[in-house]
Amino acid sequence: MHRNEIPPGTLYLLILKALARSGELHGFEIARWIEQVSDDVLQVEEGSLYPALQRMLIRGWVKAKWGVTAGNRRARYYRLTTLGREQLEVEVSEFNRVVAAITRAIQTA
Amino acid sequence: MLWRGSRFDADLEQEMRLHQELRAQEQVERGLSPEEAHYAAERRFGNRLVLREESRDMWNWNWLETFLQDIRYGLRTLAKSPGFAVVALLTLALGIGANAAIFQLVDAVRLRTLPVKDPQSLAIVHLKRDFWVSGNFNGPYAELTYPLWQQIRQQQQAFSSIAVWSSDQTNLATGGEMDIAHDIWVSGDFFTVLGVQPFLGRLISLGDDQPGCAGGVDLSYAFWQRRYGGAASAIGQTVTLDGHPFPIVGVTPPGFYGVSVGDRFDLAVPVCADATVYGEYSRITSPDARHDWWLAMIGRLNPGWSLDRATAQLAAISPGALQATIPPQYDADHVKHYLSYKLEALPAANGFSNLRQSSSTSLWLLLGLSGLVLLIACANLANLMLARASTRGPEIAVRLALGASRGRLIRQLLSESALLAVAGALCGGILAATLSRSLVAFISTPNSSVFLDMHADWRVLGFVAGLAILTTLLFGLAPALRSGSAPPGSVLKTAGRGMTSGRERFRLQRILVAAQVALSLVLLAGALLFARSLLNLMTRPLGLQQDGVLVANVAFQRLNLPEARRSSFVAELLDSIRAVPGVAAAAASNRSPVNGNSSNTEILAENDITGGQSWEDRVSPGYFQTTEIPFLAGRDFSPNDSADSPKVVIVNLVFVKKFLSPSKNPVGQQFRLDAPPGMPKPYYSVVGVVGDSVYNDMHEQFVPIVYFPRAQDEHPNIYVTFLIRSRVSSASLANGVKHAITGANPEVDVQFVVLRTQLRDSLVQDELMATLCGFFGGLAVLLAALGLYGVISYTVAQRTNEIGIRMALGAQRSGIVGLVLREVAVLIGIGIAIGAGLALGGGRAASSLLYGLKANDPLTLALAVMLLAAIGLAAIFVPARRASRLDPMVALRYE
Repeated sequence: MHRNEIPPGTLYLLILKALARSGELHGFEIARWIEQVSDDVLQVEEGSLYPALQRMLIRGWVKAKWGVTAGNRRARYYRLTTLGREQLEVEVSEFNRVVAAITRAIQTA
Repeated sequence: MLWRGSRFDADLEQEMRLHQELRAQEQVERGLSPEEAHYAAERRFGNRLVLREESRDMWNWNWLETFLQDIRYGLRTLAKSPGFAVVALLTLALGIGANAAIFQLVDAVRLRTLPVKDPQSLAIVHLKRDFWVSGNFNGPYAELTYPLWQQIRQQQQAFSSIAVWSSDQTNLATGGEMDIAHDIWVSGDFFTVLGVQPFLGRLISLGDDQPGCAGGVDLSYAFWQRRYGGAASAIGQTVTLDGHPFPIVGVTPPGFYGVSVGDRFDLAVPVCADATVYGEYSRITSPDARHDWWLAMIGRLNPGWSLDRATAQLAAISPGALQATIPPQYDADHVKHYLSYKLEALPAANGFSNLRQSSSTSLWLLLGLSGLVLLIACANLANLMLARASTRGPEIAVRLALGASRGRLIRQLLSESALLAVAGALCGGILAATLSRSLVAFISTPNSSVFLDMHADWRVLGFVAGLAILTTLLFGLAPALRSGSAPPGSVLKTAGRGMTSGRERFRLQRILVAAQVALSLVLLAGALLFARSLLNLMTRPLGLQQDGVLVANVAFQRLNLPEARRSSFVAELLDSIRAVPGVAAAAASNRSPVNGNSSNTEILAENDITGGQSWEDRVSPGYFQTTEIPFLAGRDFSPNDSADSPKVVIVNLVFVKKFLSPSKNPVGQQFRLDAPPGMPKPYYSVVGVVGDSVYNDMHEQFVPIVYFPRAQDEHPNIYVTFLIRSRVSSASLANGVKHAITGANPEVDVQFVVLRTQLRDSLVQDELMATLCGFFGGLAVLLAALGLYGVISYTVAQRTNEIGIRMALGAQRSGIVGLVLREVAVLIGIGIAIGAGLALGGGRAASSLLYGLKANDPLTLALAVMLLAAIGLAAIFVPARRASRLDPMVALRYE
C-alpha cells in the first residue's frame, strides 16, 4: 500500500485533532491514531513528531505529564490546553481554506 | 531549567525508546522477526542524538547552557596552555588599557557635558570678531568688557537668565610667601543659570552682586575640605584676597568644578568685588573699563528658543550695545572694526575649555596611536590562535565528521577569544583607571594644574566593552571561521603530515605578520619623531642662561603706595636682594621668560606708517647680566636714564632686522610707539642691541623684543618680578631673599619659581607625547618581534620534514638559514614598505605638534626602518639557527 508523509504544516493540526478526540495520548498513540484514522495513508515521521511536540509544549498548546501505559510502561501523556483547543479551530479553518483553494485550482478546466 | 538538562535528555530518551519498542512490537505482530522489527523501528527514528539536540535547542534556555558549556570549554583549553593565556591576557590588557585611558581623557576633555542642571539648554554668548582691536585681555576667556555685559544684560530677550564669569588668581596670604588661590569671578545669576544648589550655606545671588558690594565668597567643596577640614564653622569666617577681607557665605556641591573643562576653582567671588580687590585698576569702575576684556558669558535659553533664534536676537542688539560702549582710546579706524562685531549664541553643554583646544590634536592622535597598538596586539593574537587552530585541525575535523554543526563549532572556538577579550578588558579597565590618573598628573605642573573629573561614565564603559567585542572578532573570528570551514576529510588525511603543503595555509599568517611590521613602523617612526622633537626643544638655543636663576614674583598692593613712590620702592627691594649672600646678580622686570604673561606694543618705524607688533618688557639695569643675554652693541640702562632724561630702549636682533634701517648703525636710531588719538607719541632712541632670547613659548622662533628702562615708566605697577642669579642652591637662596624682602616690609607678598623649572614645565605636552609614543612604539615593536618569532618558529616546525630532506640531499647549514631568512626578509620588506607609506601619510596629523623637524623627516624614517629591520631579524635568528642545527635523520622521522 502506498504511504504518504504528512503534508508540511498539517502535523500540528493532526496532533491537535488526535488529542481533541482522545483526551490523553502518549507519542506513539498519537502516531498510531493518525495512521489508523487515515487508513495508514498518512505516516508520522518520528523525527518530526517529537520535535513538534516539544514546540507545542513551548507554545502552550499542550500539557504533558508522566503516566503508565496499559503494558505498565512509563510514558509521557499529552493533553490539550485551552490555547491548544483554540489553535485547533484556527488550524482547521486555515486548512479548509487552503484545501478549498487547491480544489478550485485543480478543477478549473 | 538549566540544571535539569540531563533530566530533560533522559525524559526524551525514555519517551522515544517507548515509541520505538511499541513500533517494533507492532511490526512483529505484522510478521517481522523481532530483530528485523527492531532495526526497522530504529531506522525510522534516524539520528536520535540529533533529534535530542534539536529538541533541546528549541527551549530557549538552550543558548545559556551552550554559552556556559562554551565558557567551560574555553577555560579548559586555555588552562592547557597557560603560557599562551598569560601572554594573550597581558597583550590585551596593555592594549585595551592604553586605549581606555586615553579615551577617558578624550571623554573628560571633549565629550562630557557640564555637571549642571539641563546642560543642553545652556548657551555661550560669544562676540564674533573678524579683526582684533587693542585692549587689555585678562584671563583665558576674555570675551566681553563689563560695560558691554551691562548693555547685553539689559537688552537681551533670548535667555531666561544670563551670567558672566571670569577666572583669576588671588593671594590669600597677608605678607610673606604668596598663597595663590584659583578664583572664579561670577555675576549674581551665575549659579541660578547653571541650576547649582549650595552644599552648605548659600551661593552668591543677585543681591551679592551690587555696585560697591561688601562681597561674600563661596568655597569649592574640595577647597573647603582641604583648608577647613569640612567644618561647618567655616561659614562666617573671613578670607583675605590680595589683602582685602571677605566673609565666607557658602560651599558649592562636590561635583561642581565650574564651567571650564580642565580647570577647578577654590573660591567663587562676586564680580562686583573687582572694585575692592583691584582698586584703581578695577575693570568695573576704572575709566579704562571699556578697554578691559575679561568676562565670558553663559545663559539659559528661554523655553522654546533655539540657538539660531537667540543668535538673531543678539545680532539685533549688537550695534546698540557696541555703540554705547566704544572705548575712548579707539581712533576712527578702531571704532569701525569695533562696531562690526556681532554677538552670537553657541552651544555650552560641554562648557568652556582652552585645554580642549590646546590638547585636542594630541589627544586624538594618541587615541589613534593606541588604537594601532591594539590592532597589532590583535594581529599577534590572531596569529597565535591560527597556529593553535591548525594543531587542533584533526580534533575539529573529527567533531565535524561526528555531526557537530559548523556554527556551533565556530561559536565554541570564538568563546576562547571572547574569554580572553573579556578578561583582557577587565584588566585593561583597571589599568586604565591608574593610567589616566597618572596622565593627568603628568600634564599638571605646579603653575598650571589640570583638573579633570576622571570617573568612568557610561561612555568609557561602553568604549571598553566595544573594544572587547571588537578584539574578539578581530583576533578570534578568522581562525574560527578557518577551522570551521575546512572539509573534514582533507584535514583528517593530512593531519600531522606537513611537508610543503603548508604554504597556502600560512598565507593569512604571513599577511598578519607583514601588517604588524607595517603598523609597528608607523608607531616607531612616530615615537622617534616626538622624541627628536622633544630633544630639539630641550637643546634649542634659548639666548639666555637658564641655570642658576631664581624668579621671585612680588606684589605690594597692600602698601597702597602712590605711583610716584613705587619705582624707588622696587629699587630698594632690589638693593636688599643684591645684598643677600650668594647672589651674583639680580634685576627687576615685568615678567620672566615663558611665564605665560606677555605684552606687546605697536611699533611705528621711521615714516610712521610701516611697523608692526613687538613684544616688550620693562627691566632694571643689570637684567642682561643676570639672564646672560649677550650684549651685541651699545650700552645697558644706567641710573642716568631717569624719568626726566630722553626716552631710551634696548632691542634684540630680530627687532633690529624687522624695524630698523639696515644701512645705519642700529644704536642711535629712533622710532615711535602707536598711541590713541590725542596722546603724545614720543621718540625712543635705541641705546643697546642684545642677542635674541626665548620670550613666551619654547616652540616659537625668536620674536622681536623691546626693553624699556623701569625708571622711565610713567605708571609703575604694584607687581614686579625679580630675576636672581646665584652661586648657591635655589632653596637656600629663596629663604635668604624672602627674609630680605619681608625684612624691607612685612606686608609684601612673594612667590618663587626656578627659571629652569618654568621653562621645562612649558614642555609638558611635548614630554607627554614623547613618553607615550615611546611607550606605544616600544610595545608595538615588541609585539611585532614576538609575532615574527612565533610564525617563523611555527613554519620551521611544520617544515621539519622538508628541511630534513634538503639536508639529507646535501644542503648546507647556511643554505637552510638562508631559506628561512629569505622568507622572513620578504615579509619584513613588504611590511616596511607599506609602513613607510602609512607613516609618511599619517605624519601630517602630527606636524603641528613637532618642533624643529618635519613630519616626513627622512632621517627619522630611515632610523625607524633600520631599527625595526634589526629587531625583526634578531627575532627570527633563534628559529633560523634551530632549523640549521636539525639532525637530518631526526627531522625525517619527525611526525
